Amino acid sequence: MSSLTIRDLRKSYGNVEVLTDINLEAESGEFVALVGPSGCGKSTLLSIIAGLESVTSGEVRIEDRVVNNDAPKDRDIAMVFQSYALYPTMTVRENMTFGMECRNVPRAEQKETVEKVADLLQIGPLLNRKPSQLSGGQRQRVAMGRALVRDPKLFLFDEPLSNLDAKLRIEMRSEIKKLHQRVGKTTVYVTHDQVEAMTLASRIAVMYKGVLQQYDTPKEIYERPRNKFVAGFMGSPTMNFLDAKVVAHGDGLGLTVDGGDGAVMPVTSEKSAGLTQGQPVVFGVRPEHFNPVHAHRGDPIATLKVLVDMVEPTGSETILMSRVAGQNVVASVEPDDAPNEGETVELAINMGKICLFDPATELRL
Amino acid sequence: MADATTHQEFDPLATGGMRRRLVSKAIVYGALGLFALVYLTPLLIISLNTLRPLEDIVRTGFIALPEAETMTLRYWGEAWGSFCIGGTCEGVSRFYKNSLMMTIPATVLSTLFGLLNGYVLSKWRFRYDGLVFGLITLGVFMPQQMTLLPWAFVLGKLGLSNTIGGLVFVHTVQGISFTTLFCRNYFVSIPDDLIKAARIDGAGFWRIFRRIILPLSPPIVIVTVIWQFTGIWNEFLFGTVFTSGANQPITSAIVAFSGSGTGERHYNVEAAAVIMAAIPPLLIYVVGGKYFVRGLTQGAVK
Ligand SMILES: Nc1ncnc2c1ncn2[C@@H]1O[C@H](COP(=O)(O)OP(=O)(O)OP(=O)(O)O)[C@@H](O)[C@H]1O
Ligand SMILES: [Mg+2]
Repeated sequence: MSSLTIRDLRKSYGNVEVLTDINLEAESGEFVALVGPSGCGKSTLLSIIAGLESVTSGEVRIEDRVVNNDAPKDRDIAMVFQSYALYPTMTVRENMTFGMECRNVPRAEQKETVEKVADLLQIGPLLNRKPSQLSGGQRQRVAMGRALVRDPKLFLFDEPLSNLDAKLRIEMRSEIKKLHQRVGKTTVYVTHDQVEAMTLASRIAVMYKGVLQQYDTPKEIYERPRNKFVAGFMGSPTMNFLDAKVVAHGDGLGLTVDGGDGAVMPVTSEKSAGLTQGQPVVFGVRPEHFNPVHAHRGDPIATLKVLVDMVEPTGSETILMSRVAGQNVVASVEPDDAPNEGETVELAINMGKICLFDPATELRL
Repeated sequence: MADATTHQEFDPLATGGMRRRLVSKAIVYGALGLFALVYLTPLLIISLNTLRPLEDIVRTGFIALPEAETMTLRYWGEAWGSFCIGGTCEGVSRFYKNSLMMTIPATVLSTLFGLLNGYVLSKWRFRYDGLVFGLITLGVFMPQQMTLLPWAFVLGKLGLSNTIGGLVFVHTVQGISFTTLFCRNYFVSIPDDLIKAARIDGAGFWRIFRRIILPLSPPIVIVTVIWQFTGIWNEFLFGTVFTSGANQPITSAIVAFSGSGTGERHYNVEAAAVIMAAIPPLLIYVVGGKYFVRGLTQGAVK
């Protein structure tokens, strides 16, 4: 059963359309991540689901009910804000009971619920403190606690981790994941951090300029991005895009990089469906699908000769900033295999993992 | 008064040697001392005159120390309770009461309305909200004299001419411009997310006001209370124009009594009355001045 359905949703402020034809559906218990660059309308979409913003046209359904005209309090949702939005004059306990108080939940039950949630999030000792007396991570927990006591149908998170430092963010990320597995509520989670989206979500909605670009599982989004934007947005370092041309190669087809030495990279039969000779394409390869040429393991391999401009070791991997025929290529290789700056090396490309895009429409071929 | 400058990015006194430091200190204290003297001298002279008999003042002029044998506090008593103003011999006590009866309700009401208006104008969007705010705050810049005639008309229609209730009404409405401006500007710094969170939690308009906004308001309430109390207490024009005789607030009454022109001037009694009239706003400012500056400069949520 789907627990959240959004159909043909549009939202404009005056003449400016900030959301265009959004269609989205979340199964019960699903964890949906909304990702996209700043200003693409993620928060607006979340606010619309929450009922804090009105809908220009279209439909929002929670379970079987159209909630377009319901007030936030009648939607049975809970939300965690980027700023946490803890009530500054109330203690942690009062912050958590405020929602129940508004709903006239009996005191004994309030107390019991707070205790239970405080246990779950390990914030028991903080219950009598004011938000200003908490650290960032503790505030984050309390904000989640406030959402959890409500036991809603739908959890909404708006970039809940973006105010934490890198280490704490990773910690809280796995905690949110654990929590979701335990509580099993449908969750919509806004983030602009694609790693967060990949690790947490069962499905990811990638948005750009108010348009939903792709809504799919993390694996699909990563391996089969629908267009160049999704391919470039998901993954870090970002995917390389090389202008190339389709040429004949033996029985099948191959690619040559524009302006290069004419070396042909064979395309697997599976990927060459729909390609014609002479067709210009954008050749997309993720940095991690390069290898110095000797390190392959039976994958369909092509080689590309690049000039290494810069070498950036990060410890676990080494990033090569390089060029082929004036086009930039970023590759991520094993530290032991890394060449030196200024060298020209042959990199092997795992042709099973590449993506080809139409230069005009930017859609994946 | 203000403890705002306990830390300075640039300390001008730290740049020179000992000598230079002493010199600049002397200049600073000298200048401040001079200004303090200029401000405090009239207060001192008036205070001293309350203790001196009339003959003494007439003989040696305003600026003199009281003589030990004739020094007395009885003019204070006279000013408070038995001096005759315009035919009634009750001193300023009844006008004092009038002023309190006018200032306290008008301060409370205008502050309450200001809080409410500020909350609505900063946290709820509605059609033409900007226009409404503009019109309300227009009152801040409107010269008082311009409102005299309309008010006289309104008070007459309502049957509130020459009543304290009428003055409360006028001061409340006039004050709303200021209190709304202050509160609205203070409340805009309260994050909107708090309101959104409360709405999702199920709180309505009034509950959000009571449980979220009001608990954050003490600094701005102090500001508006001080502002309104001193403003209304010291106000003179409305009191003089809209009330007369026994219904005047103290500011108007004092003028009436020094300007009555019949017979000799009782400088000592007048001086005592003036100081009495100045005490409530001074007291409020001494007690709350620190919070006044703090409330104006600090945001709602640290
Ligand atoms: N009240 C408003 N009036 C007009 N335009 C608005 C309003 N609120 C948001 N917008 C516009 O809508 C667009 C989407 O904003 P939104 O806050 O949803 O972005 P976002 O994806 O959450 O970005 P971020 O990652 O920076 O939080 C932006 O271009 C913004 O300028
Ligand atoms: Mg946002």
